[in-house]
Amino acid sequence: MMGAEAVQGPWSSTISDVEAMAEAARCLFCEDPPCVRACPTGIDIPLFIRKIASGNRVGAAKTIFDANPLGSSCARVCPTDELCEGACVWGKSSRPVEIGRLQQYATDAVLERGVALYDPPSQPIPYRFAIIGAGPAGLAAARELALAGAQVTVYEREQSPGGLNTYGIPPFRLSEGVAVAEAEMILSLGVRFERGVDVGMHVRPEQLVDSCDGVLLACGLGAGKRLGIEGEELDGVMDAITFLRMAKEGRARAGREVVVIGAGNTAMDAATTARRLGAERVTIVYRRSEKEMTAYRFEYAFAKSEGVQFRWKLMPVRFVGEGAVQEVRCRQTELDPSGAWRLAEREERLSADQVIVAIGQARRWDLLDAFQVPHRDGAVTVDEQGRTRRPKVYAAGDCVWSGKGAEATVVVAVEQGKRAALAMLKDARSRRVEHGLATEGSAWPT
Amino acid sequence: MADLTVEMAGIRSPNPFWLASAPPTNTGFQVERAFEAGWGGAVWKTLTDRPVRNVSSRFGSLHLADKRMVGFNNIELISDRPFEDNLAEIRQVKRRFPDRAVVASLMIEPDKKQWQEAVRKVEDAGVDGIELNFGCPHGMVERGMGAAVGQHPDLIERQTSWVKSAATVPVIAKLTPNVTDIRASARAAVAGGADAISLINTINSIIGVDLKACVPRPTVAGLGTHGGYCGPAVKPIALYMVAECAKDDTVGVPISGIGGIATWQDAVEFLLLGAWAVQVCTAVMQHGFRIIEDLVDGLNRFLDDNGIGGVRDIVGKALPNYVPFGSLDLDHRVVAAIDADRCIGCYKCYIACLDAAHQAIAPGDAEARVPSVLVDECVGCNLCEAVCPVACIEMVPMAELAGAHPLTSVSAHP
Repeated sequence: MMGAEAVQGPWSSTISDVEAMAEAARCLFCEDPPCVRACPTGIDIPLFIRKIASGNRVGAAKTIFDANPLGSSCARVCPTDELCEGACVWGKSSRPVEIGRLQQYATDAVLERGVALYDPPSQPIPYRFAIIGAGPAGLAAARELALAGAQVTVYEREQSPGGLNTYGIPPFRLSEGVAVAEAEMILSLGVRFERGVDVGMHVRPEQLVDSCDGVLLACGLGAGKRLGIEGEELDGVMDAITFLRMAKEGRARAGREVVVIGAGNTAMDAATTARRLGAERVTIVYRRSEKEMTAYRFEYAFAKSEGVQFRWKLMPVRFVGEGAVQEVRCRQTELDPSGAWRLAEREERLSADQVIVAIGQARRWDLLDAFQVPHRDGAVTVDEQGRTRRPKVYAAGDCVWSGKGAEATVVVAVEQGKRAALAMLKDARSRRVEHGLATEGSAWPT
Repeated sequence: MADLTVEMAGIRSPNPFWLASAPPTNTGFQVERAFEAGWGGAVWKTLTDRPVRNVSSRFGSLHLADKRMVGFNNIELISDRPFEDNLAEIRQVKRRFPDRAVVASLMIEPDKKQWQEAVRKVEDAGVDGIELNFGCPHGMVERGMGAAVGQHPDLIERQTSWVKSAATVPVIAKLTPNVTDIRASARAAVAGGADAISLINTINSIIGVDLKACVPRPTVAGLGTHGGYCGPAVKPIALYMVAECAKDDTVGVPISGIGGIATWQDAVEFLLLGAWAVQVCTAVMQHGFRIIEDLVDGLNRFLDDNGIGGVRDIVGKALPNYVPFGSLDLDHRVVAAIDADRCIGCYKCYIACLDAAHQAIAPGDAEARVPSVLVDECVGCNLCEAVCPVACIEMVPMAELAGAHPLTSVSAHP
């Protein structure tokens, strides 16, 4: 499959009823299930699979969404080999249960039919919260706060909610339709959605902090980083985030010979998307060796299966072309005796009519500074519950990712958003009680 | 190659696998296909002098997870085809397959003359034996036939004797399990002169309820009725009843075993508990006639592998080991032994023992997830062995525990 239709992901579930029932029947309903332990959001996986097996598909979806408000996106994009499926006990003597596909099967039933899983909260609570960013972390937090009955406003610079799910993940893995439908399911719980609003530009941060009981920074990361080498301004050179966004919106074009710089998961996404858009040759260029590559093994395997080529130990030093890029000039790299990478003498030239730079994203220094939250190199400092060092300001998702520890995955962002929401509710309540203000009913997290 | 031939009450067949009287033996076309595939015999779908009308639909199925037809029920009646058509086809089949057992199943109104007339007709068509359908639990009962006879030993005896006084071929009485003591039915059949008995017929059942329509299944124009239950799920009941009859000295005639037989292992179990041959239906309804190839091949290999000359050498071999509860040794003890190498860490055994048995399995290290058996607490109930999805739990006699099995797999009470 090539061209535009090849990059559009399926909306409908790719697992048939018959296959789902057979696969669900394989789940052992383990006690103290390792798959649940391996899920950052703690979805009760054996329970939702049992519900599928009993024909209770909507109930299965409810079990999933209760734990993971973005359960449908996660079903498609989670690194399941590393998480639930990697922990499945069947892996020891057979093949793991296909948890991701079953999760997709269950959640699609709800998204496709527009089933309302949650009643609007019957008892509103007198708290107002602001969330900056309608990506996975912000949406997860919004869902939890809205279900608790709070007034929630989500500010989003873009027109559509979903964050990277909507704008950054290759469409053949997660379609814009699914990402947006799932986000809208959350927003429909009484969440105010302010689209196209740039906090810091249109709304003053201090005003939000003052007027709300809590503000969650779920702003993600900024634009794709640049290499800062000669020729980067040539036509045909762009960063991966921009490229993937254009692909998602159906307006990306791939060159004939594409060079992708970097070997993380985003580089794999950009490379495979370029292939599916019809690029004849896509080469990933990485300045270190295969061993240091940060992409998941399954992403790497997928890229290879899509025909992406790999060049290790090559460092781009200059893009050459007349108006448009024609060539990537690289220097070979090598390990010096101390174990550090350094440029070697040999030069190489790779012809390319498109270059996609996938070496990470910039941090949102501007916004973090505007909110006066302490951060380390642009990663907000937070506790386990997402509290920043500044009262009433919380952070979750990629903006707290330090590059170490838990991966910057959608599912981790969701869990961080959930936890931050609980902390926001708890702290708001404590403040009210401290100030001798009204207490509320029993629907409170403790 | 073991000798698979069977001679039961004078009826011979090249192997012990017969098709039971049921939809697969409804026509000569089907029986010929079965014999071409290799079946040893067939009991024709029950004939009667006045054909019935059948309903639509007729079958209901019990599915478990992705396993279809674990249990099966039907509200189909006996043959709805003209008696004469069936007789002509029997004649033709017998001509083409003289070495196979062709048995006519009969169900006739409770009238001696009519019974004897039917016997003469089927014998004239060339059958090797006659099976008396005293079993069907539905439909015919209301007309004083089937289980209405089979549930009254005096009626079994009387009608069997009517047939015997007219028949020259062996007569098999087919018994219903819908009674409190199957031996009473068997003894009555023998008293009436039956040369053999066959069991079990189907068990009275409601296979399920259509949740949308609020009607028992199978549903006929918005209504449902009870029907006859069969398939793999009934095998344990059939085994018990066969063994009870086989062990009873006052029965003393050959038994044709029926009930949930789908594999050669099932058949061997029936033979070991005293059946001389077996009849199969549901497995064929699910998979077609060609399962006979594995049935015959598997049985043959089993006999060869165990150095057994022929089928008749295993008939009843397990009966001496089938005893009343009071004869069991109360001092004997087995305990569970878990093979840590094959354990996949699902904790099914742990939770089953904790919630439903004797709290005799410890979960072990949370990372390794290999549970261990607390020998002092284990009563040897087998539940853990039953729930284990990879069959890595074995019940080991206490006496052998220290020797044959690594002690690491069975820990002492912590």
